[in-house]
Parts: sequence; structure tokens; C-alpha cells
Amino acid sequence: MAVFEALLELADDHLILGHRVSEWCGHAPMLEEDLALPNMGLDLIGTARTLYDHAGKLEGKGQTEDDLAYLRGEREYRNCLLVERPNEDFAHTMLRQFYFAAFMRPYWLAALGSTDDVVRGVAGKAEKEMAYHIRHAGEWLIRMGDGTGESAARMHDAVDALHIYVDELFDSSEVAQQAEAAGILPVRGDVRAAWDKTVAEVFAEALLEQPQASFAQRGGRQGIHNETLGHLLAEMQVVHRAHPGARW
Amino acid sequence: MTATTPLWEVFIRPRNGLAHKHVGSLHAADEVMALQSARDVYTRRGEGNSIWVVPSAAITASDPDQTAENFEPTADKIYRHPTFYDIPDEVGHM
Repeated sequence: MAVFEALLELADDHLILGHRVSEWCGHAPMLEEDLALPNMGLDLIGTARTLYDHAGKLEGKGQTEDDLAYLRGEREYRNCLLVERPNEDFAHTMLRQFYFAAFMRPYWLAALGSTDDVVRGVAGKAEKEMAYHIRHAGEWLIRMGDGTGESAARMHDAVDALHIYVDELFDSSEVAQQAEAAGILPVRGDVRAAWDKTVAEVFAEALLEQPQASFAQRGGRQGIHNETLGHLLAEMQVVHRAHPGARW
Repeated sequence: MTATTPLWEVFIRPRNGLAHKHVGSLHAADEVMALQSARDVYTRRGEGNSIWVVPSAAITASDPDQTAENFEPTADKIYRHPTFYDIPDEVGHM
């Protein structure tokens, strides 16, 4: 079922990035960020939950949000590769967040016109959250890029490492194309101009340059992931798999 | 850390019409980051709709050694409390 799978792609992006961001909890460089990062992670996980729940109901086979999050292996996950990239340092983490939010904000704004009630509801809430993620991560990019020698070097490393994962954001898989044709989800490629503008504005202040992408890494939407996703899922799913059906 | 991220005092206004109230402090590199951190640290449970941040260094505080001379003289001036009036019902909560 195309719409079910298209919603899973979207939900997986949010759950995986939300989990990645949550890995900073207790390890952030300062207390203020130790609260800010889980805040952002919870925004993403909240969106994922609503989308999983909705996808499961549309599919009509009784799959709950927990089934979808905890009982699928890495080849069944359909998230784009950007969101599974490891946290590395603060520069990588903030750039990944910035790239994703700069994509999702215009995407959700476009989704306010969706033919699907739940998607419209999610969009109304998530576009505000993404606006804040852009601002929060963007201000860090500016301070690190235009900061000390070391912070600028780390920022440049992050740009070099992550830019090959950008183009995949704008690809619509076959199932996504069907959901787009039905007016349920926005066309991913259509938000490129808004993304470029957001990135260009912050990069100018951060003294960073977008490298010319000679090569783009793809595969997430087909379930072809980097090995890091398996480790992430192992940690995220271990409790649920060890104690099936356990409740708080 | 305090050299690059000095201390800021955070004030939150819980609702329109109320005053900003001091809620705590935080470390941040500048005023923009201080506002963002204040939002992240102090408004997670819907505490307010407006934030002020002020550099802690900009606050001039009363001297604890002068507490007695500052504040004790008011203790016996009960006539300054408006408890000798009957407030008409129409006035409502004051």
C-alpha cells in the first residue's frame, strides 16, 4: 500500500533523527544544550508517533506505532541516509539538524494543503517546531563557522562529510510519488528552492560554502543503509525485543 | 567556560497582562543564544509567552550587610497596608 509506505518513510526520518539527537542526553557540552537537544529529539519523535499510528490505521492490519518502530529490521527502515549519520561532534550534529529542518519546514508548510486530515494536523504543529530547529541549529552554525580556528575547522569537516547526503532528501520514491499524486504529501523536489535559500543565508553568516556535489549517496528509501543504522536500531529496540509487550 | 559563556538572568511572563518574573539563570555566549537557551530550559512546560534575558553582571544588588537597615524599619508600619478599607464588591480582586 503506497500511502502506508510513504508515511513510513516520513515517520522513519523523524524517529531515526529523534533517536540520534536523544543520544546527546547527558553528554551535551553544556547543561543548556543538554536540555535543548532532547527537546528537539522529542519534537521529532512526537511527529514520528503520530505518523506511525496513522500509517498503521490506514494499512488496516492492526500494526501499532510500537510494532512499526520496534519490530522492523534495518532493511525495512525507509529513512533517508542523512538522519542516520552518527552524531560525531557538535558541528556534525547541528549541521545534520539544520539540513533536515531546512527541508522539513517548507515541506510541512506545503503539507498544510494536504488532502489528509492527520497530515494537515501534523504539519500545523511540526512547521513551528522545524522553524525553531532551523533557528537553534543555524545560530550554532554561525557561531562555530565564524568562531575559533578549531570550531571553523570542525564546521568545514561536517559540511564536507554531510553534503553527499543532501540530494537524497529531494528524491521521491515510487510510493512517495503516489502519495504526492493523491495530494496527501507534498512533492519533495518542490522544496529545494526554499532549502537552498535557508542554507545560503546561514552559510553566508557562518562563512561556510556549499561544496559542489559531484556525487550523491542514496539508498535509504530502498532500505539500503549505512552500517550505523543497525547499531542504532539494536540499541533502540533491545528492550522491546527482550520483553515483548512489556508496559510501564 | 564563564569567560566565553557568561551568566544571564532569565525572566518569563506567564500570561499577557502579568509582569515578567525571574525564573533562574543560564550560561550563554551572547544575547541571541541566551534567549534560545532560556526558551529551551525554562519554557518546556508552557510556562510563558515572553522571555527577557539580562546579563547577570548588569544587575546591581542590595548589600546583604545592609539588610537590617534597609528592610527592618518597615516592619512596624502596618498603616501602610491597606487593610483599613472596605473594598466594594464591584472592584473585584485587588
